[in-house]
Amino acid sequence: MAVQTTQTQASVLNNLDAVRAMIRRHKRNDILFAAVGLIALMIGLLTLLTLFIQLVSDGYPRFNLQFFSDFPSRRPGSAGILTAWVGSLLVMLVTFFTAVPVGVGAGVYLEEYAPKNLFSDLIEINVSNLAGVPSIIYGLLALGLFVYGLGLGQSILTAGLTLGLLILPVVIVSTREAIRGIPVAIREAAYAVGATKWQVVSDHIVKYSQGGILTGIIIGMSRAIGETAPIITIGALTFIAFLPPSPISDVAPYLNFEWLSSGFTVLPIQMFNWLSRPDHAFHINAAATGAIIIVVTLLMNGTAIYLRYKIRKNIKW
Amino acid sequence: MKTTLVKSMRIAALIAVTFATSHVSAADKVIAIDGSSTVYPITEAMAEEFQKIQKVKVTVGESGTGGGFKKFCRGETDISDASRPIAQKEMDACKEAGIQYIELPIAYDALTVVVNSKNDWVKSLSVDELKSIWKPGSTVKSWKQVNSTYPDKALGLFGPGTASGTFDYFTEAVNGKAKASRTDYTPSEDDNVLVQGVSGNVGGMAYFGYAYYEANKDKLRAIPIIAKDGAPAVMPSAAAVKDGTYQPLSRPLFIYVNATAAAFKPEVKAFVNFYLDNAPKLVTEVGYVELPTEDYVAVKAHYKSMKPGTGFGGKNEVGIKIKDLINRIK
Repeated sequence: MAVQTTQTQASVLNNLDAVRAMIRRHKRNDILFAAVGLIALMIGLLTLLTLFIQLVSDGYPRFNLQFFSDFPSRRPGSAGILTAWVGSLLVMLVTFFTAVPVGVGAGVYLEEYAPKNLFSDLIEINVSNLAGVPSIIYGLLALGLFVYGLGLGQSILTAGLTLGLLILPVVIVSTREAIRGIPVAIREAAYAVGATKWQVVSDHIVKYSQGGILTGIIIGMSRAIGETAPIITIGALTFIAFLPPSPISDVAPYLNFEWLSSGFTVLPIQMFNWLSRPDHAFHINAAATGAIIIVVTLLMNGTAIYLRYKIRKNIKW
Repeated sequence: MKTTLVKSMRIAALIAVTFATSHVSAADKVIAIDGSSTVYPITEAMAEEFQKIQKVKVTVGESGTGGGFKKFCRGETDISDASRPIAQKEMDACKEAGIQYIELPIAYDALTVVVNSKNDWVKSLSVDELKSIWKPGSTVKSWKQVNSTYPDKALGLFGPGTASGTFDYFTEAVNGKAKASRTDYTPSEDDNVLVQGVSGNVGGMAYFGYAYYEANKDKLRAIPIIAKDGAPAVMPSAAAVKDGTYQPLSRPLFIYVNATAAAFKPEVKAFVNFYLDNAPKLVTEVGYVELPTEDYVAVKAHYKSMKPGTGFGGKNEVGIKIKDLINRIK
């Protein structure tokens, strides 16, 4: 035994150079991998950055308050995005109020209540599949179902519901991921002190997964705000020089829902329309609109990251 | 469980009622327009100006001529923009739905054949030469094959997609049959992509509406067209379109007005009158060619007579005079 150890030691000593060479090789691989990783990261980031800088520098002359408060016009200089951003905002409102209750509800149900059987497996596969369905398919579905089937027309409601469906899988999946991230100990501890299932779900599960759920919702919404294909399919308008009726009225019940059935346009469609114009001055408007869409998306994603950080910090197990 | 179900049904009913009532109270005066993206800039200008003087809401969509007619024949729109006359299938659809329409030519567009600005060998092209390039199954790959005096430069062809009214008109005018075209070219629904394509390819060639050439004169060169043997080569221009010498690539643009809406919706009637009155001014402003004054007079009289129908009978025709067209409907 002792002899063997000495022999090993000796061979190690003999091979010290080989070991050092190995360490060197591995260190080199580390650097190499980090470099490749950095390049891969930069390809994505720099492309976005270049695109953004180009949009900003092209659209720069149009960044003023008037651009936001003007209706579209045939004169590029006095054309603005008022109807487009109001439309986007209202559509997002509908999307939020449809996708969030349905998506979070479905996520919590699948994770906490659904029996584990073939049927729930099937649903699980379907939800993941839906996340990968091209958005135009949702547009076609909405055209058949909402526009003609339910007779909702080419309205803000239709668009909001369509985008709500589109981001539903994102919300469901992120809700489930967030719930899975809660340690089993918390759940078991709650049951151990005699909490009912409802108490566990409402006081612990949903509460602790808020951060993750919120992130999922915002990421879903920031995807929805840039969607063009499904909105074009359901027939959004391109020229609309009036605003939908205001959601807030001065007489009781202080809310009205007329705006839901109003025609509309959204930012990406306005941009698309300007981009297809022959006059280059319209392309400047399109660039400015594109930059605004990117800023809004970045802001939304930034908020998601911030909220997640903040909520996680407040959770003390 | 049961109570939640009842509750949710009640909420659903409440929402349904809210919508039902909101539909009634939202009966503002709205003029719905959809259709051709070529005609869109003209209608947009009209809608913009009209809304400055009248408290009427005008919405303009851009679903393309075919998409526009689909909605129009379902009764969803009051006016349909069209860059070609209504087709037989669309006439049938409208007839089935009981929708009558008034066909109004409102402007001309000059389809423009363009090449790269570095292309200095092509001085003009005859329709026959164009046909040899664009006909179905054409094997022309080089400029030398078009004319032996041209250099042996590869031909890079760009054109509108097959759903476009421009494609229909060009193929009808050049190849003699709508939609008959060689297919090995680079198509795009976005004319700016065609501009990019030709300006980046010395041997490039494309055709599209005059407005896109006008905005890109620095990058592209328009080619004068020879209609037939012995005819002079005519450069596309407003004057040449108006006096009828730019043939066969000048095409009329239309709006189709729902006859019931024109008769019973005063705002639609007023809008179309406004449209025809202001066409000479606004059409040129957005880059198209106005009709001759006497043609607008004829179109206005035709609109006043409210005579429904089309002068084309479901087929496109090249080089038709506006007056003859209106007389046919009478």
